[in-house]
Amino acid sequence: VALMWREIRSNSADDVTQKLHPTCSSSSSSSSSSCSVPGVSGATPTEEMNGAGNLMDFLDEPFPDVGTYEDFHTIDWLREKSRDTDRHRKITSKSKESIWELIKSLLDAWSGWVVMLLIGLLSGTLAGVIDLAVDWMTDLKEGVCLSAFWYSHEQCCWTSNETTFDDRDKCPQWQKWAELMTGHAEGAGAYVLNYFLYILWALLFSFLAVSLVRVFAPYACGSGIPEIKTILSGFIIRGYLGKWTLLIKTVTLVLAVSSGLSLGKEGPLVHVACCCGNLFCSLFSKYSKNEGKRREVLSAAAAAGVSVAFGAPIGGVLFSLEEVSYYFPLKTLWRSFFAALVAAFTLRSINPFGNSRLVLFYVEYHTPWYMAELVPFILLGVFGGLWGTLFIRANIAWCRRRKTTQLGKYPVLEVIAVTGITAVLAYPNPYTRRSTSELISELFNDCGALESSQLCDYINNPNMSRPVDDIPDRPAGPGVYNALWQLALALVFKIVITIFTFGMKIPSGLFIPSMAVGAIAGRIVGIAVEQMAYHHHDWIIFKNWCRPGADCVTPGLYAMVGAAACLGGVTRMTVSLVVIMFELTGGLEYIVPLMAAAVTSKWVADAFGKEGIYESHIQLNGYPYLDVRDEFTHRTLATDVMRPRRSEPPLAVLTQDTTTVEDVETLIKDTDYNGFPVVVSRESERLIGFVQRRDLTLAIKNARQKQDGVVSSSVVYFTEDAPQLPASNPQPLKLRRILNLSPFTVTDHTPMETVVDIFRKLGLRQCLVTRSGRLLGIITKKDVLRHMAQMMNQDPESIMFN
Amino acid sequence: TVKMKSVFFIELLSVVCFLLLTQAGAKNSEDIRCKCICPPYRDIEGQIYKQNVSLKDCNCLHVVEPMPVDGKDVEAYCLRCECKYEERSSGTIKGTIIMYLSILGLLLLYMVYLTLLEPMLKRRLFGHSQLIQSDDDVGDQQPFANAHNVLSRSHSRPNMLNKVEHAQQRWRRQVQEQRKSVFDRHVVLS
Repeated sequence: VALMWREIRSNSADDVTQKLHPTCSSSSSSSSSSCSVPGVSGATPTEEMNGAGNLMDFLDEPFPDVGTYEDFHTIDWLREKSRDTDRHRKITSKSKESIWELIKSLLDAWSGWVVMLLIGLLSGTLAGVIDLAVDWMTDLKEGVCLSAFWYSHEQCCWTSNETTFDDRDKCPQWQKWAELMTGHAEGAGAYVLNYFLYILWALLFSFLAVSLVRVFAPYACGSGIPEIKTILSGFIIRGYLGKWTLLIKTVTLVLAVSSGLSLGKEGPLVHVACCCGNLFCSLFSKYSKNEGKRREVLSAAAAAGVSVAFGAPIGGVLFSLEEVSYYFPLKTLWRSFFAALVAAFTLRSINPFGNSRLVLFYVEYHTPWYMAELVPFILLGVFGGLWGTLFIRANIAWCRRRKTTQLGKYPVLEVIAVTGITAVLAYPNPYTRRSTSELISELFNDCGALESSQLCDYINNPNMSRPVDDIPDRPAGPGVYNALWQLALALVFKIVITIFTFGMKIPSGLFIPSMAVGAIAGRIVGIAVEQMAYHHHDWIIFKNWCRPGADCVTPGLYAMVGAAACLGGVTRMTVSLVVIMFELTGGLEYIVPLMAAAVTSKWVADAFGKEGIYESHIQLNGYPYLDVRDEFTHRTLATDVMRPRRSEPPLAVLTQDTTTVEDVETLIKDTDYNGFPVVVSRESERLIGFVQRRDLTLAIKNARQKQDGVVSSSVVYFTEDAPQLPASNPQPLKLRRILNLSPFTVTDHTPMETVVDIFRKLGLRQCLVTRSGRLLGIITKKDVLRHMAQMMNQDPESIMFN
Repeated sequence: TVKMKSVFFIELLSVVCFLLLTQAGAKNSEDIRCKCICPPYRDIEGQIYKQNVSLKDCNCLHVVEPMPVDGKDVEAYCLRCECKYEERSSGTIKGTIIMYLSILGLLLLYMVYLTLLEPMLKRRLFGHSQLIQSDDDVGDQQPFANAHNVLSRSHSRPNMLNKVEHAQQRWRRQVQEQRKSVFDRHVVLS
């Protein structure tokens, strides 16, 4: 349904554009059209890195295009769409002239696919590099490979012949630090030395990460998904998707994950993929000059990012649709699919996990599940929803504290402190000492006869001669109970520490920690159910379903369901979550339990608060994000929201042909509004159009420098013909070019429900309010957001940006 | 800046090609293996067997040598063994780790230069008066930093070194603006 809605939106915008921008759709080569400026020397793509804009900047830089935007402002979706339509029409009409023009038009049509190909290649490569580097550096905290220092533990012992059945992981080529430095492998001294060095390496990695972020690219911290959501809805954050941010995010992500902190790399990989998308957009002017088209590419790049993060191409496309993108027409769906495919293929060819699989947590069992097991699955869903609520509330409270109090002044110290605490508490417990992905992998996998971990220490029947796959339920040995205690401690630890870790000034994601929490809880429940089924197999519930000597309960499945439930509780994903989970594990039989848990956790979590973690962070930062999911059900009218209110000064307007250049400059200097309506005269107040502040600034500066005779007392006119003035007056300045002749207007009695719908569906920035043709006031997106916040009893002053 | 960008792209493409080639070219014979794990059986201990065989030969009969049981027990023994085919690319791993460490090293050196050495050099060359570059010269009136407030000074000598210096100064100011937004004012990314 969301897909259809989004397509309807794009179709409706098409119709509206055609109907309400007659000057735009009339002639393609008219350079006096009000909404596209072809032929003006365009801003080079580097202008995006440099930012443009104040009055004084134009002394040495080329005049930026009249259609570009200021930092931390919202784009005008309709203008971008009509500019693209103009460009396309021009190319199509020129393509009939010669073969060369035809080829150029074909290249233009294919440029979208070329960009997707490049994005897929680069994201796949970067993800492969990140995976390999993380693998190595995580093991570096514990020891080093003597024969070749670039091998991780598993790779080092790959060729060795000295591995035995009991000590499958040990080999003489890879030594722990204590063994290397002192020669003793066991003993209390060696343990303490290993512990100390583990902490030291963790602190070193996180210190390097936060220093690099602070010195080179401060925008590289955090997860990135809330900001990308806002950017895709039309917001501009210059430098957020730049080259330095890309480089630093990749490098510091490896350091942050290797330092043992409770964070994942999936969210940052989406940011990395979007940076790649932005990078390749600048190669083609079709995308570099049009912010609307650029966002189509970024939606597809986000899909490629999730695809390489999880090895889940289809899940990536659905994630982009459900979580990240704002407008998602069908064309973007095809492009995302292609980008995700190329990225997955590239990652597979680099083969970071050494077994030709993209899948991190491949499960090899296919035992069926039983209907009665839906009860513990739903319980896990409830747990996931509750944990999601707890995490969101606690994390937002902590981030707010970081934002407003002294805690925020010491980011480097904070990172080092949290890393220190994490390392100190994580080392003793073998389940938290290893990397979170390995933990999840172990929890997802069922215990065959050959597993050597403590979790699989069941009491085996020595006479058993069944093949490995079909082990019946067995009673738990002491190793399992030991493991249960350790897992319970690990669960509490992870729940607490992730709250403080997410949001620090290093790249941090939260998919993997949420899945870890869920997997631990699920496994504990699974083992509990398994033991109950074994010891009480004569109860009614188990009698129908479990026969002694048969394989009833698979605790690994419970871990999977728990992971899905917790991830759904935090992010409130539904379809994309289930698809990602079964692409991650390969367990297609388990779609129904996963769906049950995902739906339950979403219901439970939504009962406490409507927003997921990303929307909560957007609200915390005050970004102007008009969520498509919010429903506005109040009966207010446009007059209740419009500015100016009764106590405020009247609306700042320009007149059609009586304002002078000096007046305009004073107006710009004294106010900070983003645009001004243009009326016929102050008496009649009939609306002509709307002009943007930035365009006005640029045009006047341009005119003062380039045109002769334009002085402060020159009259500015927006009509087609110059006004009748005595000859002694200085030359008037025509600014009709920058006037938008078709601004959106509503009457004062329009219900706010309709106004919010218009803003959302068309991506407006402001809307003028008229009554019987006379201009009354203006409603901006910020006003709409503040009004909605007020209606929901939230603080309207928290909306900060335009 | 167009040149800088094209250099950057060439670097990126070479990285990509390098990675794809190293893993395609270096098909070390040690990089494929079949690993069979056999649990204890009667009085025989558990054992791990490894051999470089291809995928179709990756089963108990080809890999477990010498077979510890004979005749009729071979089938029972082999049923309990688990054989997995694994491959890796040692060239890719080596290339990636070394490339990553060199990039990290370069960044660390540049960071040390920017934070420690450059102020020291500037102080020695220009004296104390010009060192204190006010961090607050950028307009602080608006509650949220506009990156367009990064001012660039006009130059009289447009030669190459000055352009590089000019671009670097502009980049430094941008990063300073970003740092202010994120770390000091907590306006974005909190």
